[in-house]
Amino acid sequence: MSAVLQSLVNQPYKHGFVTDIESDIAPKGLNEEIIRLISAKKNEPEWLLSFRLKAYEKWLTMSEPEWQNVHYPKIDFQDISYYSAPKPKKKLASMDEVDPELLRTFEKLGVPMHERAALAGVAVDVIFDSVSVATTYKQKLAEVGIIFCSISEAVHTHPELIQKYLGSVVPVGDNYFAALNSAVFTDGSFCFIPKGVKCPMDLSTYFRINTEGSGQFERTLIIAEEGASVSYLEGCTAPRFDTNQLHAAVVELIALDNADIKYSTVQNWYAGDENGVGGIYNFVTKRGLAKGVNSRISWTQVETGSAITWKYPSCILRGDNSVGEFYSVAVTNNYQQADTGTKMIHIGKNTRSTIVSKGITAGHSNSSYRGLVRIAPTAEGARNYSQCDSMLIGDQCGAHTFPYIQVHNNSAKVEHEASTSKIGEDQLFYFSQRGIDAEEAVSMIINGFCKDVFQQLPMEFAVEATKLLSFKLEGSVG
Amino acid sequence: MIIANSPTILSVQGLRASINGTEILKGIDLTVRSGEIHAIMGLNGSGKSTFAKVLAGHSAYEVTGGSIQFEDKNLLELPPEERARAGLFLAFQYPIEIPGVANTQFLRLAYNTVQTQRGKEELDPLEFDDFVREKMKLLEMKPDFLDRSVNEGFSGGEKKRNEILQMALLEPRLSILDETDSGLDIDALKIVANGVNRITNKDNATILVTHYQRLLDYIVPDFVHVMQAGRIVMTGGKELALELETRGYDWITANKQPVAGVSA
Ligand SMILES: Nc1ncnc2c1ncn2[C@@H]1O[C@H](COP(=O)(O)OP(=O)(O)O)[C@@H](O)[C@H]1O
Ligand SMILES: [Mg+2]
Repeated sequence: MSAVLQSLVNQPYKHGFVTDIESDIAPKGLNEEIIRLISAKKNEPEWLLSFRLKAYEKWLTMSEPEWQNVHYPKIDFQDISYYSAPKPKKKLASMDEVDPELLRTFEKLGVPMHERAALAGVAVDVIFDSVSVATTYKQKLAEVGIIFCSISEAVHTHPELIQKYLGSVVPVGDNYFAALNSAVFTDGSFCFIPKGVKCPMDLSTYFRINTEGSGQFERTLIIAEEGASVSYLEGCTAPRFDTNQLHAAVVELIALDNADIKYSTVQNWYAGDENGVGGIYNFVTKRGLAKGVNSRISWTQVETGSAITWKYPSCILRGDNSVGEFYSVAVTNNYQQADTGTKMIHIGKNTRSTIVSKGITAGHSNSSYRGLVRIAPTAEGARNYSQCDSMLIGDQCGAHTFPYIQVHNNSAKVEHEASTSKIGEDQLFYFSQRGIDAEEAVSMIINGFCKDVFQQLPMEFAVEATKLLSFKLEGSVG
Repeated sequence: MIIANSPTILSVQGLRASINGTEILKGIDLTVRSGEIHAIMGLNGSGKSTFAKVLAGHSAYEVTGGSIQFEDKNLLELPPEERARAGLFLAFQYPIEIPGVANTQFLRLAYNTVQTQRGKEELDPLEFDDFVREKMKLLEMKPDFLDRSVNEGFSGGEKKRNEILQMALLEPRLSILDETDSGLDIDALKIVANGVNRITNKDNATILVTHYQRLLDYIVPDFVHVMQAGRIVMTGGKELALELETRGYDWITANKQPVAGVSA
């Protein structure tokens, strides 16, 4: 089927098309040979191969987590292809050498690949299946000492940084999916902001899964040195397939003294159809280490896609006075399931964290907030504020909240608030009696509900998120 | 005011409606002309709110018989938002809370929707702010109330004022005020009544639903209807309200002289 036809058939998920591009795909299955193959394809140094093999060994001893509040058939890890790259893969000197078919794909997705056409002020790294296909604005960023490139490239150009930081926040054996990722990760973005530099533009990575039966295991590493700051945006889509695909990413952030990293995600992976067939399993480990004094790590996520989301962007607040933030909107509809939240680990003195979680649940979907706030004995004067609100649309869906609070220092203050509300027939009638139709009413209620989170997003992302939400919930009311 | 040959705004004939299979409205006839104020009185549970909601098009009620003509439109063919845009307004007995949506935002969207329908200019947030503040003075409302979520945490009186504010903004052809007086102290009642009196004129009409005569001291009706078990059983002038106040409703039932079909 042609891409055009496919995209027509696949309404309404408008990113559901497949690009007809020749790919270099590894045979299905996971074993040491495959890992060696991936490493060889990427021409990796010995230390990285042993990092992978160590992770693989760990993974073999672990079992898939079962505590989360989601249900799906056992994944056959031998039925997944762990490497898929668009061919031909040669070193690209400039954007003009990118396969025009790929450029068209990303244009269709609304991702600016041509620097001249790019939105002012956003540098983009693009990951297609397993590899990074383009990074824009590299030159301009290099002038102020910022490194922004694919992680495979950084392995060769800045091995000392990768060796020092890779796996330093999420160790290879951290959890089942992180171990898997550490063994087979194929690409991702790398970003390094040197001492004292405020990144002059938002950095962004765009992830795209294209090949059926392939998994995506990307790895992102962001380091902000003393006094540096950066705002990083991440967007994701995938074609519509009837089979489920696994996406198991790892993101590590490191903020040194007085550094500031803001990480924003709009996740719109294919969610499966209205009967729950197909869709992405989004099992992701994201963690930031606020290592230095006065450092800040802030996660903002708008999760609208995926059949299953399992994701807890976390902050380890090691530096004194460091700050961790988590702002989340998770929308589920039809048969989607989401178990998401955060962990705030307070170690340093006077560390502060804020959690604002908004779950919107419609159709037959199920959504859980799961959050841990741990105040270590060392965290004198630590403070946390958590707010978890759920909104239900219809009565076939479920929302759950699982807060875990562990306080080991008496001077700490931890506050938790939660609420559940419902968009009811009477609310919609009230709007309609004032001339406002149901769609506008829902969008107004939802935007009001998500306001505290949307405010945290960069302008363009906020607009996109608002549109995405209305689109997502279309027809779920009335 | 009763005006000779004034155009009919609302004509209800033989209206029957039920909810979950239970018939609540059992044949209502009512004609309202431009410039008139009608009061509908009756005991709790007699069907007054049901009638108001059926006029406004609430989807929980099934209309099983009769007709509703609103100016040149067959109201029963229109969804509630189009009835509202056509100029029908309901001040709710229990205004709904909408957390997270700022009152000013809600009021502006409602206002602009109706303006667009009437082929008039929309107002931007700044213009609207000036406009709405003027209207709020009419009802002696505090400005901070614009930034609060719609009806959330409002006192009973504030909710009712918010309804009348919306009436003032939307300039409906027909307003139905469902128990707007309940929960108001005497000062608030005077303010609200004064607001309503400033809005009513010869080009619009009002239906006041109440079961106390008190409100009618301040908003004087041209007609008083008594509702009982889903029917209008008696119609009179404003003196009927006073009679109900002193004699209660029992004598009407005892009389067994329903005047269903009598319309103003
Ligand atoms: N959901 C419902 N199911 C069945 N009966 C209802 C429902 N809602 C209201 N009623 C009944 O309809 C009748 C009229 O109620 P209502 O219109 O609210 O009266 P009023 O406004 O005059 O006090 C009452 O007897 C009430 O019990
Ligand atoms: Mg009532």
